[in-house]
Amino acid sequence: MTSSRSAWIFAWALLAPAILYVLIIVAWPLIETFRLSFTDASLRKVVNYVGWRNYEKIFNETFLTVITRTFIWTFFSVLLKMVIGMCGAVLLNAAVPGRNLFRILTMPPWIVPMAIGIFMWGWMYNGQFGMISGLLQRFGLVDGPVAFLAYGRSAFWATIVTDVWIGVPMVTIYFLAAMQAIPKDLYEAAWTDGASRWTRFRRITLPLMSPAIITMSMLSLIATFNSFDIIWILTQGGPSGQTTTMIIDTYQVAIGSKKYGEGAARAVVICIFLSLFCLAYFRVTRRLQGVDKA
Amino acid sequence: MARFRNDDTPMIDRYRWWEVIAIYAGIFVFLFFLLSPFIEGFLVSLKPLSQLFSTPYSFWPENGSFAAYFTMWESVPGFARYIFNSFLISSLATIIVLLLVVPAAYAFARFSFRGMGLVLGAFLAVSMFSGAVLLIPLFRLMRVLGLLNTYWAMIVPGAAFLIPAAIWLLRTYMMRIPRELNEAAYMDGASQFYTFRRVILPIARPGIIVVAIMTFIGAYSQQFIFALTFNSKTEYMPLPIGLYAYFGKQEVIWNELMAASFVGIAPALILIFFLQRYLVGGLTAGAVKQ
Repeated sequence: MTSSRSAWIFAWALLAPAILYVLIIVAWPLIETFRLSFTDASLRKVVNYVGWRNYEKIFNETFLTVITRTFIWTFFSVLLKMVIGMCGAVLLNAAVPGRNLFRILTMPPWIVPMAIGIFMWGWMYNGQFGMISGLLQRFGLVDGPVAFLAYGRSAFWATIVTDVWIGVPMVTIYFLAAMQAIPKDLYEAAWTDGASRWTRFRRITLPLMSPAIITMSMLSLIATFNSFDIIWILTQGGPSGQTTTMIIDTYQVAIGSKKYGEGAARAVVICIFLSLFCLAYFRVTRRLQGVDKA
Repeated sequence: MARFRNDDTPMIDRYRWWEVIAIYAGIFVFLFFLLSPFIEGFLVSLKPLSQLFSTPYSFWPENGSFAAYFTMWESVPGFARYIFNSFLISSLATIIVLLLVVPAAYAFARFSFRGMGLVLGAFLAVSMFSGAVLLIPLFRLMRVLGLLNTYWAMIVPGAAFLIPAAIWLLRTYMMRIPRELNEAAYMDGASQFYTFRRVILPIARPGIIVVAIMTFIGAYSQQFIFALTFNSKTEYMPLPIGLYAYFGKQEVIWNELMAASFVGIAPALILIFFLQRYLVGGLTAGAVKQ
């Protein structure tokens, strides 16, 4: 195409509405968050600049615990999503009757409104009447009712399991698509040479899927780090703050206690981590594209 | 012995009998994990409250009935309104996203002027900041614009976070449309805008439909945080927040809550059932770059 001046104007005119929209709804609030983090903004009319005081105030032991907890929570959630998603993709890729139906059946957790799925898990975790505790008791694995959301450690894992449950369908379908993009003749050649199913998976599937695995882990990392609904509906960060991640913590301070300035400082810390993840993501995808071209 | 499939199956896809059993067992465990909340939720919706709140736990409903599916409408009279709200919010968000994304995706797919790569990267970066991080300024922005406690307070911010994925998906689709079409239209003296409207848009229609479906589902399933924070009017509440109405002062009416959940997700489930081919196609088109 001739790249004339009119084409230039046309291209940017097509982009302008979307750019403007995102500037107002995302970029401006982002800048505003940074500005607010240096103020004592609250419900009061008067707003003063307080320098670094909000940051000095939040960097204490509790906040560092919250950061550590967020990373552990995110790490295990992403890891489980990748492992279970990969197992699911391998199983759904097998040429057995009914696999199209099975593929449809993986989608509900992803497609159903998140809050509804989470309400259902809330009932399952119920100690006296829920399914998990009930079945464990029936099979004699535990003595009495186990209220999963009432104890710090079990609530921590319960929220991870629910997060994994919501994330797995997307990961599975993405992996399945990547798996099907691998040329069939590679498998046939390996099969002719007598390679076992496991060897074919280890030597062909896994290496060729590594770009997909890396991309998905990074995207999943960012999404999981931002996870709010699950913890909020199940525990609101409790019991005694044991499931409070950085997002929940920020929400409690900013919206719950209306300390906008202090909440903004916490949000800025989240943004810094997210930017680092994003940078890593762009770097990795660029390197992967380089590998493709070579 | 026991080749599983008939002779048309390629040799490489044939399994021994124990492999078939292992595959089905694995699929069963996998699907059980993904579907058990729905199974349990459905059984709960059939049980009378007295059975729900009794120990020991019984998995199967005794005297199960669909009574909760009728009483739920009386306990929370506004429920139909919540479903309507959810649909309205998702539809309007989808329309906004499409109006912004269709031209933008075309620009990204067809032109490569200086700075556009950077803008594309910036759009993708948007998707990593969840609404939760930007909640404070967004709250103030909504207040300044006078949108607090209206439908728009849930639609406008929600749409912004659906844009990146939609751009990415549609751009990938539009890049497959042959460039020769543009050149031919140019030769015939068609203007840029005419080419976009009369040549590209009709061809891109299947891709636009996929993006619309994905965006609608995203909008429908992620209505929570903005609705929780930016709206306090009962009559505008979407389904996920509306369900809290079943949380009584003393106890949660669980059977009706679950019945209401199923009524609320039925439209989404019907949608997947009919559109699953588009969905898988759409996901893979955006996901796997060749």
